[in-house]
Amino acid sequence: MDSAIATTQAEHGIAEQQHEHVSVPQHRHHFATPEQQREAGSFGMWLFLLTEIMFFGGLFFAYLLFRNWYYDAFVTASNQLSVPLGAANTAILITSGFFMALAVWAAEVRKQTLLVLFLILTTLLGFAFLGIKADEYHEKYEKHHIPGASFDTSQFINPAAYGLSEKPLAPDAAQKTQLFFFLYFAMTGMHALHMVLGLGILFWLMIRAQRGDFSSGYVAPIENFGLYWHFVDIVWIFLFPLLYLINRHPLAH
Amino acid sequence: MAHEDQPEQHYNDAANVTNPEHASHHIVSPAQYAVVFATLLACTALTVFAADINLGVFNPIIALAIASFKGVIVILFFMHVKYQSKLIKVTVGAGFFMFLVLVTMTLSDYISRAWGLW
Repeated sequence: MDSAIATTQAEHGIAEQQHEHVSVPQHRHHFATPEQQREAGSFGMWLFLLTEIMFFGGLFFAYLLFRNWYYDAFVTASNQLSVPLGAANTAILITSGFFMALAVWAAEVRKQTLLVLFLILTTLLGFAFLGIKADEYHEKYEKHHIPGASFDTSQFINPAAYGLSEKPLAPDAAQKTQLFFFLYFAMTGMHALHMVLGLGILFWLMIRAQRGDFSSGYVAPIENFGLYWHFVDIVWIFLFPLLYLINRHPLAH
Repeated sequence: MAHEDQPEQHYNDAANVTNPEHASHHIVSPAQYAVVFATLLACTALTVFAADINLGVFNPIIALAIASFKGVIVILFFMHVKYQSKLIKVTVGAGFFMFLVLVTMTLSDYISRAWGLW
């Protein structure tokens, strides 16, 4: 059976003859089999993640378009971000995702202590990521690089005075750096919001895991949360090169 | 029937408790996860290193290629898509394909409206 959802009654009868039914407590009566229930859950989670792809996709598209329109401003503004901090955060988030993957494994093989431990490690690294992000935001605040009334373009108009090696921008072009920072805060901010929500869910999962809810064969909540956490990882895997890395060597016009 | 290659005993294997009814529920081992994790870290180092070299127009292309590779192995292994049913595989593929269609259509609209200015 490729798809348990598409299983007909007749096929089902055959399947039942082939193996014994084992009843599991999480099985809801409107699903023919626990497998069907599980696949329906994964399918639903993936449909949700596809809406998330479209949501972040709009922001990625805006970045693609405006980077082409206001190339010089995007290059200069992008190079104000710290590559070491961005790279460290990438490694931290990948490590958090690795522990989340191990948490799914621990639930599958019913190791309760390991499951709780891996969920705690996933959470700690999530907080480490947000801490570094907060430090980066604070630096932008101090430099008046947050778009809005107090945005300061002087670093981009006269970079030499600030010890920067960037090409100076004309005042109108320098204003466009606000667009880069707007997208930077919108994209990393929405990403961070997803992480904050994820960390909240992680605490709830930890409490339930500690109670033993997920170490007797009921893995779906851990597995589906894992899908969410890895999705947030993937968004960052693309944000890091696009925001931090690809403008280091601007093209000559 | 996609799972005919599965050993018969899985169907009645009480130890396959996580999903007693289904033979194909694949548990990815910690060793496999560790290999994927190491690959992801190596790719992160590679993309930072590649960004330091002036490759002209290829800088963003290489950065996006590495990011896409990382994304794909996260989807296949951390998110278990490699071991899922065809329904899930097609769903995931369709989502990314649809996204690329939307980007292409929107971008061609913008490019053709400001013809010659790009």
